[in-house]
Amino acid sequence: MNPEDGTRVMTTTTRKSTHRKPLEILLEALVRVAGYSAVVFVALIFIFLMREALPTFNEISISELFSRRWYPIEDYFGTLPLLTGSLVITLGAALIAVPFGLMTAVYISEIAPRWLREFLKPLVEVLGGIPSVVLGFLGILVLAPLVREILHIPTGLTAFTGAVLLAGMAIPTIVSVAEDALDTVPKSYRDAALALGATRWQTIWRITVPAARSGVLTATMLGIGRAIGETMTVMMVTGNAPQIASGLSAIFMPLRTMTATIAAEMGEVANGSVHYHALFYIGLALFLISLTVNLTASAVLFRARRRSERLLS
Amino acid sequence: MTLQPTFQIEMLNFHYGATQALHNVSIDIMPREITALIGPSGCGKSTFLRCLNRMNDTIPDTEISGRIRLEGRDIYAPDADTTELRQRVGLVFQRPNPFPQSIFDNVAFGPRVLGTVSGRNLQELVEDSLRGAALWDEVATTLTSPALSLSLGQQQRLCIARLLAVKPDVILMDEPCSALDPIATTKVEELMRQLKEQYTIVVVTHSMQQAARVSDKTGFFWLGELVEFDETNTIFTRPTVQRTEEYITGRFG
Repeated sequence: MNPEDGTRVMTTTTRKSTHRKPLEILLEALVRVAGYSAVVFVALIFIFLMREALPTFNEISISELFSRRWYPIEDYFGTLPLLTGSLVITLGAALIAVPFGLMTAVYISEIAPRWLREFLKPLVEVLGGIPSVVLGFLGILVLAPLVREILHIPTGLTAFTGAVLLAGMAIPTIVSVAEDALDTVPKSYRDAALALGATRWQTIWRITVPAARSGVLTATMLGIGRAIGETMTVMMVTGNAPQIASGLSAIFMPLRTMTATIAAEMGEVANGSVHYHALFYIGLALFLISLTVNLTASAVLFRARRRSERLLS
Repeated sequence: MTLQPTFQIEMLNFHYGATQALHNVSIDIMPREITALIGPSGCGKSTFLRCLNRMNDTIPDTEISGRIRLEGRDIYAPDADTTELRQRVGLVFQRPNPFPQSIFDNVAFGPRVLGTVSGRNLQELVEDSLRGAALWDEVATTLTSPALSLSLGQQQRLCIARLLAVKPDVILMDEPCSALDPIATTKVEELMRQLKEQYTIVVVTHSMQQAARVSDKTGFFWLGELVEFDETNTIFTRPTVQRTEEYITGRFG
């Protein structure tokens, strides 16, 4: 082929790419619509929530909304016990799931032999796919009676039971994401630490885990996010009593979460009633809480990434 | 008085799975000298280096036989302590690999892990180590900034400082300049000559000029065998084996 041929071929291809094929234009439009639709759906959900929830502020005073009694039949709409219920359970689940999940991730990524690792990783992912109703069953039939007998309390359907089960749901997420993060830590860091005479434990806790900290943080946030939004399991095992118990014993008393309240009462409420608007207000509050958790997580991550980019440039 | 060799290696064989990487390597490494190991890629020189501080232990499916003695003691004996060995025999890697931490924390890592030094003494030790690696003047005012913000050449000297902080007897270097530019390379080579006064150094290098410039003894590896080992001068002027001559004159490799 002589050079002139080459130039001619090149010009034709350039011209072709400016005149794009109809199929390509169509595909691009489809992809663009799909991308925008995610934004549109979130916006629509938010608008819908606002529309149904905002009347609450006319119908119920703010002070009543944050009072301690939730008893809609007699027009008591205090959401404080539901809010504390959700917080207690989420916090309890996080206290169990974060250390346990991180340790599991460290074990799978750093300590387990290769064959065990290949076996454990998919197993954890399967664990994450168990429907929450099934876990709820286990909670009612196995965990709740166990809690009742061991602690000698009137009912096993307590905040503690719910927190344990929620932790069980959050752990697979935490393990999976944290393990991926540990996996991306360059081998050269570990080698450097080992070559300086550090033991395997010192290498893990002083080098590998700190180097993976942004991923570990994401794992924690995703796990907590999952716990806040979970409905089915907590409805089945926490006893559903909207109360604020004081003191440490509160952990072993029944409570009720925001999610369970909506799920339990939405079916029976009259459309457009005060109760109906109050439930939507709870939904809006939930939405804002999980939005805050996610935004915080991505802000921290963004800062970490910016810092590492600055270092590399 | 004859000097006791630092390392005595006898009939060392090493396998990765079914592949034999080292064949019956025997060599004595003398203290306060720079021993250079040269040879084409894949000839086993890096594998040999990593046998000396048991870094190959971290690779699964490997097998080693023969004997390596460090000042008379078998480092592969069942009761040998690998972490103590690696504190005595440090390794500088091919690519600089500082931890994603501050300059100070990098150098302080070893002493902190050993738990021997703290407070004021630790600061002094860090300063001494950085001076020892000819880096102090460049980083004295920026000890808290991230190690990864240094240039590659500075990072490599930081890795050497990090090593000096654990007070080793031997420094192994695995192609320490292959990622560096000529000026940074010159600095590291100068540093090696200084370090020779106090430490035994074994360096694997792809650069024959580097071996000729810095080392006292040179060993030529080929296909997992130590073909020839002698004074650097002799190797580069009057090699006895024809393979060696062909390699150093650039006829293959």
